[in-house]
Amino acid sequence: MTATATPRPEVGTARLRKEDAHLITGRSRFTDNMVLPGMLHLAMVRSPFAHAKITAIDVSAAQASPGVMAVLTGADVAAEQGSLPNAWPVTPDQKAPSHPSIAVEEVAFAGEIVAVVIARSVAAARDAVELVDVDYDELPVVMDLEEAATDKVLAHTSLESNKSATWVFDSAEAGTGTAIAEALANSDVVVERTLYQQRLIPAFMEPRSTVVDPTGEQITMWSATQIPHILRLMLALTLGIPESKVRVIAPDVGGGFGGKLQVTPEEVITLLAARRMGKPCKFTETRSESLQVAHHGRAQVQRLKIGATKDGIVTGLHVDLLADMGAYLGLITSGIPVLGAFMYNSIYKFPAYHFECHNIFTNKAWTDAYRGAGRPEATFAIERMMDELAGELGMDPLELREKNWIKHTEFPFTTVAGLEYDTGNYEAATEKALGLFGYDELRAEQQRRRESGATVQLGIGISTFTEMCGLAPSRVLGALNYAAGGWEHAQVRVLPTGNVEVVTGSSAHGQGHETAWSQLVADRLGVPFENVEVLHGDTQVSQRGLDTYGSRSLTVGGMAVLAAADKVIEKAKTIAAHMMEASEQDLEFANGSFTVRGTETSTSFGEIAFAAFSAHNLPDGMEPNLDSEATFDPANFSYPHGTHLAAMEVDTETGQVTVLKYVCVDDIGVVVNPMIVEGQVHGGLAQGIAQALYEEAVYDDAGTLVSGSFVDYLVPGAPDLPHYITARTETPATSNQLGAKGVGEAGTIASTPAIVNGVLDAIRHLGVKDIKMPCTPSRVWHALQEAKTTGGVQ
Amino acid sequence: MIPSAFDYAAPTTVAEALSLLADAESAGDDVKVLAGGQSLIPVMKLRLADPSMVVDLGRIPSLSGITDDGGSLTIGAMTPHHTVATDPLIAAFVPLLAQTAATVADPQVRHRGTIGGALVHADPAGDMPAAALALEAVFNLSGAGGNRSVNSADFFQGYFTTAVQEGEILTSITVPKYTGWGSHYEKFTRVSQQWSIVAVAALVRVEGGVIAQARLGLTNMASTPLRASSTESALAGCALEVGAIAAACANAADGTEPASDLNGDAAYRRHLATVLAKRAVLAAVGLSEERG
Repeated sequence: MTATATPRPEVGTARLRKEDAHLITGRSRFTDNMVLPGMLHLAMVRSPFAHAKITAIDVSAAQASPGVMAVLTGADVAAEQGSLPNAWPVTPDQKAPSHPSIAVEEVAFAGEIVAVVIARSVAAARDAVELVDVDYDELPVVMDLEEAATDKVLAHTSLESNKSATWVFDSAEAGTGTAIAEALANSDVVVERTLYQQRLIPAFMEPRSTVVDPTGEQITMWSATQIPHILRLMLALTLGIPESKVRVIAPDVGGGFGGKLQVTPEEVITLLAARRMGKPCKFTETRSESLQVAHHGRAQVQRLKIGATKDGIVTGLHVDLLADMGAYLGLITSGIPVLGAFMYNSIYKFPAYHFECHNIFTNKAWTDAYRGAGRPEATFAIERMMDELAGELGMDPLELREKNWIKHTEFPFTTVAGLEYDTGNYEAATEKALGLFGYDELRAEQQRRRESGATVQLGIGISTFTEMCGLAPSRVLGALNYAAGGWEHAQVRVLPTGNVEVVTGSSAHGQGHETAWSQLVADRLGVPFENVEVLHGDTQVSQRGLDTYGSRSLTVGGMAVLAAADKVIEKAKTIAAHMMEASEQDLEFANGSFTVRGTETSTSFGEIAFAAFSAHNLPDGMEPNLDSEATFDPANFSYPHGTHLAAMEVDTETGQVTVLKYVCVDDIGVVVNPMIVEGQVHGGLAQGIAQALYEEAVYDDAGTLVSGSFVDYLVPGAPDLPHYITARTETPATSNQLGAKGVGEAGTIASTPAIVNGVLDAIRHLGVKDIKMPCTPSRVWHALQEAKTTGGVQ
Repeated sequence: MIPSAFDYAAPTTVAEALSLLADAESAGDDVKVLAGGQSLIPVMKLRLADPSMVVDLGRIPSLSGITDDGGSLTIGAMTPHHTVATDPLIAAFVPLLAQTAATVADPQVRHRGTIGGALVHADPAGDMPAAALALEAVFNLSGAGGNRSVNSADFFQGYFTTAVQEGEILTSITVPKYTGWGSHYEKFTRVSQQWSIVAVAALVRVEGGVIAQARLGLTNMASTPLRASSTESALAGCALEVGAIAAACANAADGTEPASDLNGDAAYRRHLATVLAKRAVLAAVGLSEERG
């Protein structure tokens, strides 16, 4: 049932976030704040080598160090530690090395754990780490992805090849389109490029931390994680503990960006240590450790071919990826490039598409989800290729996009990758963006600077993107071989006082669920926003859930909350009819009260709540209390889209790149809290711009992470980023009743190609066709010098 | 992020500090002098340095402050960057030092970090050394054997190495007043809070419509800060005109040996030095060039 005539004062209101009060006044409860009686502290001994045999470990000096309780090596826990889980074997023949939390025989990347020190204080543990004497026999390392693909050097001695899996989608085979070879052969123009997705580090603000209390009937773990529910299940499966004996709590969590969508060796080791010592144990990583070993993202080589007619109608796209797994398969490492496979066609209608990715091992930290997870890579590739194609055809890149995108009248539209886009209006978003940007004026200014040979050139970068959000329909995940479903669960509990507890399986780590869910429920039940309490992040409180990633919370978790609220209304209505001795059909529900239609007789939600609690006078056979639960499994993804425009200045003297103006118009459907959305967009843009211009995880040839601190891994700050001009269009999704689409990743996905396209647009006339990301001043300057010396000037 | 254990002393006079240093060294301690701690503490926390003894100069009042000596200013070694950047005497007589100090790191670091600490640390990418070199500052040292002064040309001796000997501390620097000179510190970074990739400190005196004299200090163009001597010579007598100044700055990288790292290779740094020298000199003489 759907409530009728419910006003919507909350949804659409830019409420301040209710969770911020405790966060900004120091009353936060991050995992590292946890102090338990008798708690011991862990520090990890990590391999300095990227690939080596462990020949001997002498822990005697460390064990004798003051305050040290125990030192455990891989051999000590070999029987119980299991192998860390990979929940997404993308192909039946996927190869993977076993992945012990503490290495036993061989290490395959620098930073891999070889022993753990357990001590009475963090200082004692860290002091003793230096006393653990490990003998290694170094093995050859393979660091470069393209070199690893040749198998000349193996990342693991236990594997015969660095290839983990090859996953293929072909539109002719899938029946979603035509054959790529023919399409390209019949094209007037084929543009071929190799693009590089550099390796990135999530760099969340709160380093990862885990506390495990083994006392009592259950083992309790507090962890800085995005996925308390999945973590609980995976700990049980990995360690052979009954799931019911593990409780996982994600207290305040300071960001994740996919980087805390993982089951980590440190979590497993802390649990093993606590169980062995019979005392609570804590491990909190240092920032250096976080940069070195918390999983990295992106790291792909994209070999691309796009075909078109001379009029600019795209005929087909061929994508051949090398995807760097790093040394191991984490929770969904292998599925990240596969998530991108459905997005390379983006908003365009071309008929032929072939995708294949080759998942390759190297001796680096393993990769996994990072904000966008496969989709930013895909969007970057297609949006860069559209610009390259426009350059080849001598066509305005915007005009080329208009010729090829799906018109708003053509929805729902089944794409060449086999997805059904429910709604969208690319024309409207683009028109709005052009107006805010001043496209024609900036093109004229660009022309002026080109003609005058100005030192600082101007370029315009375009990115018209879409993404698949709301992960995910469980059946689709099943078809892709992912181990779990994609539903979400919620409970609504109406307390005797009429206050409402909302329990969500979607575990927030900065997104503002407490506020947004309160707004949803306040509207639905007609109770004040302040009377709604949102509970999450504890498997004992929210017993079921699939956690937070992939812009799924509102479109999946929010729908579960609404469905549970509707069940409460349904029961309340029966009670109200009973209390007022009226027929249910005659009742109207509005503003938290049921009224007998056409009369003044009404009863409030609070009265009904107390009646349900006291149970003195309920309809015959009705269970007391006003509680409900619901699980929502989406039938389709949601498809936010938008048009992002970047005016980029390039100082040809120094290579310095500056964002002069950035306009984005996002269509994320119906918005619950515009302020939270604005924050997500701003943060997303910052991360996407960071990939384009600043961030890169760099290793040396021996396998050491060179960008191992924030001195060398450049995360931009507020002064480095422009004042964004943001706006929205609203084409409601039809895949969920709210019409929401998701916004967590939009800015990150769209902005990277807009920035790089803008940089290249500024200096393409000087002969520069590509610059690897990040587009550092040095790289830009060298590209300009090379274009000069090779006579590339057109 | 926990340093190894170490002994700590916080003397309240220079004499006490020197005697602590002497005692520690004779006892075979690996002793480090702590100024503002913005470089030493991080490397200790990373365990890249693990001194057995730290002598903290933070409680010696005589090491802080700026005094007017008539023809020069003397700046206490423990004067924080923020004070250097905002002090009226420095702004009036040695604005280059204020301009440079204002570019160091971020406000928190500028309130804790000190001019003396930065100079003795002598990071090749640090900003204050090149400014001190261009300004021809005099470095006043105290040690067990007494006081001595070292010219800027002799102070910076290598990668993180200065003329300060074991048992000595830098107590102050003395900087001539640059009345009538224009100045500018041109710093190039990729993000706002970053060590200089390259930077140029410029002091220029204009007389009779031409540049009479120029002093240029280069940051991060070698293991020590350097003077751009060829450009200094070329600028003497140079017309106040963009083209002429650019031509004079074209050899700003002569004699430099910059490193290659993630921010750029040596060739790029050598090129940057010429561009930044031009921009620094133009700013120092109040000229601007059309770039957009």
